[in-house]
Order: sequence, then C-alpha cells, then structure tokens
Amino acid sequence: MKVVLQSEPFDPGFLLTAFGARHPEAGAVASFSGYVRAEGGGTGSLELEAYPGLTDVEIGRFGEAAAERFGLIDWLVVHRIGLIPAGEAIVFVATASRHRREAFEACDFLMDYLKSRAPFWKKSHGPDGARWIEPSDRDRTDLERWETP
Amino acid sequence: MARVLLFGRLADVAGWREREVEASTLAEVRALLSADEVLAEALAGPGVQAAVDRVIVRGEAALTGISEVAFMPPMSGG
Repeated sequence: MKVVLQSEPFDPGFLLTAFGARHPEAGAVASFSGYVRAEGGGTGSLELEAYPGLTDVEIGRFGEAAAERFGLIDWLVVHRIGLIPAGEAIVFVATASRHRREAFEACDFLMDYLKSRAPFWKKSHGPDGARWIEPSDRDRTDLERWETP
Repeated sequence: MARVLLFGRLADVAGWREREVEASTLAEVRALLSADEVLAEALAGPGVQAAVDRVIVRGEAALTGISEVAFMPPMSGG
C-alpha cells in the first residue's frame, strides 16, 4: 500500500519481482508498466510536475479505495516526476489479490485514475517546442467505465 | 505570511513558481496576485483549484501562521 514519486529511473521488472516476493498469500499479482512513447523522430520527452504532500496523498487515497473495492492484499504505485526521456518507464502499478480477476481489474482501475485524474501537470517536449497536455477524451471515458450507477 | 506556489501553466504564465505574500485570507492572496492581469485571468480560468496547506479548498479560507497556498490548473493525469 504505497505511493512512490521519484525523479530517478526505475526498473519495472525489478519492482515486480520484489512486490511478488512479499506476498506469499496472494495467488495473483497483476502489473502495468507505462513508458514515454517516442513520437515521430523519437527525440521527445515528458515533464511531469507533482505537488509532494498532495499528489502522493491523493493517489494513496485512490489506492485505498481500489484495495477496498477489489479486496486487494496489497498495491504499489511508482511514478516518475521531472523530465523523462522517450523510451523510459514513467509509471508502474502492481496489485496483489487472492485470485486473478481482482488483481487485473484493480490494476486497470488504478491506471485509468492515474491517467485522467491524478494531480500531475504534464508537459510534452518535442521538436516543435513544449506544450502542456490535458487528459484526452479517451482517458476520461476510460475512467467512466468504473462509475457505478 | 503565506507561501504561494503555482503549478503547471500558471507558473509559466506568471514567470515564477514560489513567492511569499502578506495575506491572512485566500481572497487577499488572490487580490495581491491579480496585480498581474495575465495571471489573474489564468487563475480565473476553468478548472483552476486552490489548496491551503496541501488540502484542496473550495471558496474562502483563512490563513493562519505560515500557510502554503497553491494554485493548480486542471490536473493532467500521469
């Protein structure tokens, strides 16, 4: 049950191995690794700004909600902040549960939240300069899938 | 005394990210920042939220001691 915001690169494989090893009672561990996409010339990068003390607390609150909704044994969110070059991992989410469905769904749910509502401010740096990015319509509709009527 | 933080494009618009102001309410902070017309317009834009001591507030808030006041444009997600 942890949120880590860090400017240093991380290795998703290493994080997954360590997370899985901590939970012998979990029959299922699901994970997602997100990377900064290379667009066109492949020279771009993303700049992520967070508000430490607010961003991690808000994400933590959402993680707790996911844990309760899906009955998770544990969850982990690691997110890069600062300047992240194309090709590097920007986000890692892992969820552990007794059975696979809950782990899969909670991981999907957490990513939809992180992509659309998490308190980050994102700037794209490309050959044509820098611009601020807001969530896409797809990001918003992905999150709406989880709203219960 | 309040420490004011600007995030995202608000900092680009203002040309600064952090500054201290003498104010005892959120409204006073807004009034002081509004000396910069471009920033005033950006702060009034859709989806801009304020936080006092790292808690999002809606409406007015009193500032006690050294409060940290943050203005945040719409969050982009990660």
